[in-house]
Amino acid sequence: MTPEPPLVGEPLLAVEGLRKLYPIAAKRTWRDRKLRSYLHAVDGVDFMIGAGETVGLVGESGCGKSTLVRLVTRLIDPSAGTIRFAGGDIGAVPAKEFGRAAQRAQIQMVFQDAADSLNPRFTAFRAIAEPLRRLRGLNGAALRARVEEVAGLTGLPLELLGRFPHQLSGGQQARVGIARAIAVEPRLLILDEPTSALDVSVQVVILQLLQDLKTRLGLSYLFVSHDLNVVRLLCDRILVMYLGHIVESGPADRVFASPSHPYTQALLSAVPSPGNSARQRRIDLPGEPRSPIDPDPSICPLYGRCGRATDECRTSMPALREIAPSRIAACHYAAMEATPPLAAVTV
Amino acid sequence: MSAPRADIDRRSLPLLAIDDLSIEFRTRGGIVRALDRVAFELKRGETLALVGESGSGKSVTAHAVMGILPAAAHVAGGTISFGGLSLLQADAKTLDEIRGREIAIIFQNPRAALNPIRAVGKQISDILVRHGNVTAAQAPGRAIEMLAKVRIPDPKRRAASYPFELSGGMCQRVMIAMALACEPALLIADEPTTGVDITTQAVIMDLIAELASAEGMATLLITHDLGLASEYCDRIAVMHAGQVVESAPTSLLLTRPHHPYTAKLIAATPGDAASLDDLASIPGNLPDLRRDDLPACRYSARCERRADICVMPPVPRVALAGGGHVACRRPLGAEA
Repeated sequence: MTPEPPLVGEPLLAVEGLRKLYPIAAKRTWRDRKLRSYLHAVDGVDFMIGAGETVGLVGESGCGKSTLVRLVTRLIDPSAGTIRFAGGDIGAVPAKEFGRAAQRAQIQMVFQDAADSLNPRFTAFRAIAEPLRRLRGLNGAALRARVEEVAGLTGLPLELLGRFPHQLSGGQQARVGIARAIAVEPRLLILDEPTSALDVSVQVVILQLLQDLKTRLGLSYLFVSHDLNVVRLLCDRILVMYLGHIVESGPADRVFASPSHPYTQALLSAVPSPGNSARQRRIDLPGEPRSPIDPDPSICPLYGRCGRATDECRTSMPALREIAPSRIAACHYAAMEATPPLAAVTV
Repeated sequence: MSAPRADIDRRSLPLLAIDDLSIEFRTRGGIVRALDRVAFELKRGETLALVGESGSGKSVTAHAVMGILPAAAHVAGGTISFGGLSLLQADAKTLDEIRGREIAIIFQNPRAALNPIRAVGKQISDILVRHGNVTAAQAPGRAIEMLAKVRIPDPKRRAASYPFELSGGMCQRVMIAMALACEPALLIADEPTTGVDITTQAVIMDLIAELASAEGMATLLITHDLGLASEYCDRIAVMHAGQVVESAPTSLLLTRPHHPYTAKLIAATPGDAASLDDLASIPGNLPDLRRDDLPACRYSARCERRADICVMPPVPRVALAGGGHVACRRPLGAEA
């Protein structure tokens, strides 16, 4: 793994001030029907992905990862903010029209559960061929040649191309999912927990395949995962999300070695691993996350669960700031990197 | 609690003893030999992890102990002894007394395991009234106590909630409260944290560990996550294709695996590895358990150390110096 991510020229993807608010049914009376509540799924997110870079996106369920992914893949429209991809502002293109946009083929996705995301009535060949037909307009011999080429790239034996998903093993299904995504030569691949449904023995093979494809095809990855051990091994840089905000980002190995945001610290301390008695240094986050519905913009999202919180955290929302070269965190006290959180409960 | 319990001796050593358990499933595609002479023991207050990949027979083993195998399953041999009582011979009435009271299970998907149209407090009360020697009038209060015990904030209010109103982590805590309501001697946790967040996983596992040690309860943790098993369990039993290939105290198993499969499993787990290249996959697949000519050692076809003798029965169960045993003709470290 390279310690410094290669950021050459303009980043491939640049997201600025991105927000997605969902209106929710508020208690409305006939008198004030304007009183609406909003769920802040993604609440002001900035990040970049350089060409050839692998960025890991971690956070717990409900933190806004999936919404962020759907915004970047332009399946839904942002409430505010810009999404610049390969120089163009794709955030301005309505989601309904993005399917016909020039950049459509350049962003592809590998879904969480390969078995569920493959059409059970499509053979592996047809699953891989479909995006080529639709987005590249290929057919006939050219189509077959390209499908066989990507099958080869992903290590899928050609004799399996005629099979249906249920006739394939978990690892083979994962390969079909990846082959389908890379078939149209995307520049950005979004991987949504691509190995969470796989056994460890197969997971290794798929991760190594992804690593290999990235260098061979010059892809950029946005890797969404719960499994922090996997993120650490695959990613150059990580983004830690909590309650719609990015609370910390930086080179993966350095964030893992010394997390600076209290949430990242708690998250990493919860990772079980063999030969590592994590229980002795567990940092607890008591309570439940704050409600994402109409959050108070002047309170730190972690307030109430954080052992380090002071009055300042309740009155001013910490902004993302540089705490070390190429590392940023949104915590008033993130600079005190060496000191462990004082009031944290260790089990 | 002085209610007549089923004839169980909680102090018996070991609490749970499974010996030579073989289970087959009769399917249209043939007989699936799901378990092959599975054997392990669990002492009072001890925590044992059953670790293995999908299809290795972990859940079948747990379901056999609970007596909740599907109708297609057939016990081809072996015994399950719990507190001196043979569970496979016990009649339905005895099993009804044991399940929920002496042996409790936490299922993988709490949302699917809870009744969606009954308030969670009521679901806990039901168990208390059925098994816990508590009157219907006392049950709601005890249910709230149980919810507080699993650290559900505002338990009084939560007792009236329905499963859909609670997060996955909360539902899992309700499951734990239900399982522990009658202070069972044995808790079976079948992948209790699959699909929950990592911080919630830590909280739930800490909770199980803490309550288990406070009550002297034995825990059988079923998981595919070697990291989780090593963090919480005293001993680990590794399963592959329906066979227990190795069982040993956790630190011994991790530092000195004796079965080639255990070693491969450790090498594939992205725990402390510095880079992806340090991880090694396990070649081959699980054998088709419907085959009539399954080799004696079901790992032999994938094994680098395979010898001709490996396919011949029986696979010896070799005792290890530090405790535990390995089922292998040519265990690692035997040459030294």
